[in-house]
Amino acid sequence: MKRYVAIWFRHLLTDRLAKQQPELKGLPFVLAAPERGRMMIQAVSPEAAVEGIRVKMVLADARALYPTLQVFDFEPEGAEKILRRLAEWCLRYAPLASVDLPDGLLLDASGCAHLWKGEKPYLREITTKLRSSGYDVRVAMADTVGAAWAIARYGKVSPLVAPGCHVEALLPLPPIALRLETAIAERMQKLGLVQIGDFIQMPRVTLRRRFGQPLLDRLGQAMGTISERLEPICPVVVYQERLPCLEPVRTRKSIEIALERLLQTLTDKLAQDSQGLRKAVFRSFRLDGKIKQVEIGTGRASRDCRHLFGLFKEKISTIAPGLGIELFLLEAPVVEPLDAQQEKLWIDGGAYQQAAVSNLLDRIAGRVGYGSIRRYLPDEHHWPERSIKLATSLDEEPARKWPTGEPRPIYLLPKPEPILVAAPIPDYPPMSFTYKGKIHTIRRADGPERIEREWWIEMGLQRDYYRVEDMEGARYWVFRSGHYDQEQAPEWFIHGFFA
Amino acid sequence: MEAILEKKLKVEELRKMILAAEGFSIASESDNLIKNIGPMEQAFPTGTFPLGAIHEFISNDVEQAAASTGFISCLIAQLMQQKGPCLWVSIGNRLFPPSLGRFGIAPHRIIFINLKQEKDALWVIEEALKCSSLAAVVGEIRDLDLTASRRLQLAVEQSRVTGFLHRYRPRRAQNLACVSRWQIRPLSSRLDGKLPGIGRPTWLVELQKIRNGKPGTWQIEWVSGRFHYMDKPAPARKEIYTKKAM
Repeated sequence: MKRYVAIWFRHLLTDRLAKQQPELKGLPFVLAAPERGRMMIQAVSPEAAVEGIRVKMVLADARALYPTLQVFDFEPEGAEKILRRLAEWCLRYAPLASVDLPDGLLLDASGCAHLWKGEKPYLREITTKLRSSGYDVRVAMADTVGAAWAIARYGKVSPLVAPGCHVEALLPLPPIALRLETAIAERMQKLGLVQIGDFIQMPRVTLRRRFGQPLLDRLGQAMGTISERLEPICPVVVYQERLPCLEPVRTRKSIEIALERLLQTLTDKLAQDSQGLRKAVFRSFRLDGKIKQVEIGTGRASRDCRHLFGLFKEKISTIAPGLGIELFLLEAPVVEPLDAQQEKLWIDGGAYQQAAVSNLLDRIAGRVGYGSIRRYLPDEHHWPERSIKLATSLDEEPARKWPTGEPRPIYLLPKPEPILVAAPIPDYPPMSFTYKGKIHTIRRADGPERIEREWWIEMGLQRDYYRVEDMEGARYWVFRSGHYDQEQAPEWFIHGFFA
Repeated sequence: MEAILEKKLKVEELRKMILAAEGFSIASESDNLIKNIGPMEQAFPTGTFPLGAIHEFISNDVEQAAASTGFISCLIAQLMQQKGPCLWVSIGNRLFPPSLGRFGIAPHRIIFINLKQEKDALWVIEEALKCSSLAAVVGEIRDLDLTASRRLQLAVEQSRVTGFLHRYRPRRAQNLACVSRWQIRPLSSRLDGKLPGIGRPTWLVELQKIRNGKPGTWQIEWVSGRFHYMDKPAPARKEIYTKKAM
């Protein structure tokens, strides 16, 4: 069963301005914008409305009514900006919030109210929170978006429509409550259809002929016979758990308890769907409206509560509780299939070992980042610098065998370093070389091994590699860059050290 | 007669207890994972290469570091074949994985942790040593103090992981809570017959310190998967010093 909450901001723009400039509170003021050469009023504060000033009045007329009226500029996109921010704030109450222009918000509150111990306290919580932050709101809850919208704006009895009773609640409302265009609503009023109950029984064909398809659509949406999709302000995360606190909490211990409880319910949910999480975000909503969040990632899908808690534990200290945290939210934006069998295998044998290792790596990554953990696989290149590539996951196996041809040095310099050599004959290994100020006399040598540059990647000279051993027994990998040239002495480099 | 036997048993038990207190775990058949290391085994108090302990390697220049890395690779190759993956923690890694195949290691089975700070490295090494699913942990770290090394030793006593601390150009060479200290130097390789070129990896392996064992020096060649001891006794540096003293 679906439940929706509609929030109507009766004086959205003026409330916002009064919030920013507290001295305006209790004074009549309007927002106006030029329209067809005159200043037209676009928003009216409640005090100005009492003086008889209405929206779409010309500013000069309003000034005649109330000479000391204060006027501010009206921004056309202002409402959307404010509503979007308010919708984000409302995500603490429901996973899906949507902006309802020009002056409302819609929340999909299905299955959320029990966290606040019932729908009544839930609505009261939303209303008081918004009112105390300075917005004059009306909030309603019903089975359909249309009904909630109508009750919020035109309802006279109770903002909370019990499940299944929304049609009844709609009957005494005016037709405009169905979110109709003003022209249609006015025409209905003229024809004496002042309540929805007056025409709800009429044949659909007649209604369509007189008022067009939009009326039928809106009516169907309000009654729940036509489904309506809300446009969420941010993508909805499927795996999401929230935990409101009775009293704002501030201590580390209480944050840990909340996290543990959320992890438990989230992992249970994941287990039901055979999923494991790869990334989790833990958000704390503070009393002052700020949101603090910490994030963890795992190298492979996991729903091991203790392990995940361990990963978060290192980061809990970065959550500054401020005056207190009133709500916790845990979501898993990235999940991967992880079946129960896989989990069982870990208990004995190699897979268990792998799980232990990947848990260790997650912990290491939590401190130093995933970038520092590396595994290497052979790559299809002979050029030494390109002969290895990074593995993308812990399970990735090499697609080809490691080359077993010529020996490779155990240490490879990231960049070959130039050396001075004494080479007697063309294409012979050097007799000695100077590296870092020390002369190494070569006793034995092997080579050359020519490695051509991969011309389709980069241009340059090929390398003739020699393995050489000096008098002390140390073994080096040196190369001559390019062919031997009589006119120009070739350049030599050292590139590695053999064991 | 029986009394003597009992005494012997008791002495044996006590000896084991002392060894355990010193950081050597009691050797069992399943523990003897590094085999075929020849005469070197006699240097160790248990008669086998000590596992579940920390070994310290010191290198003073890059040539020695390469030799030490090769020697460590030979040891962990046997461990990895029977126990599992290995973690290689280093700061500014220079190791070239394709070379490890020569020492019997499938390079993709080593997990490298590349770090920037020594503080992090020490933390990672300690965490890794606590994970009993690893075969070995190699930590390339320049300096650590006695307390830190003791923590590492405590970690391996629980998890039975073997740790290799490779200290490149240590600022201070103080005593650590490791069971052994090694220094490996490259040695001129031997040639088979009259073929030109370069021989196999050859090292002068110096076991400078081994708790309750006999330090020694060996000349070792790595021949197709096992250590081959060179006939000639090593011309150790000590001899040179004594000559000078005379």
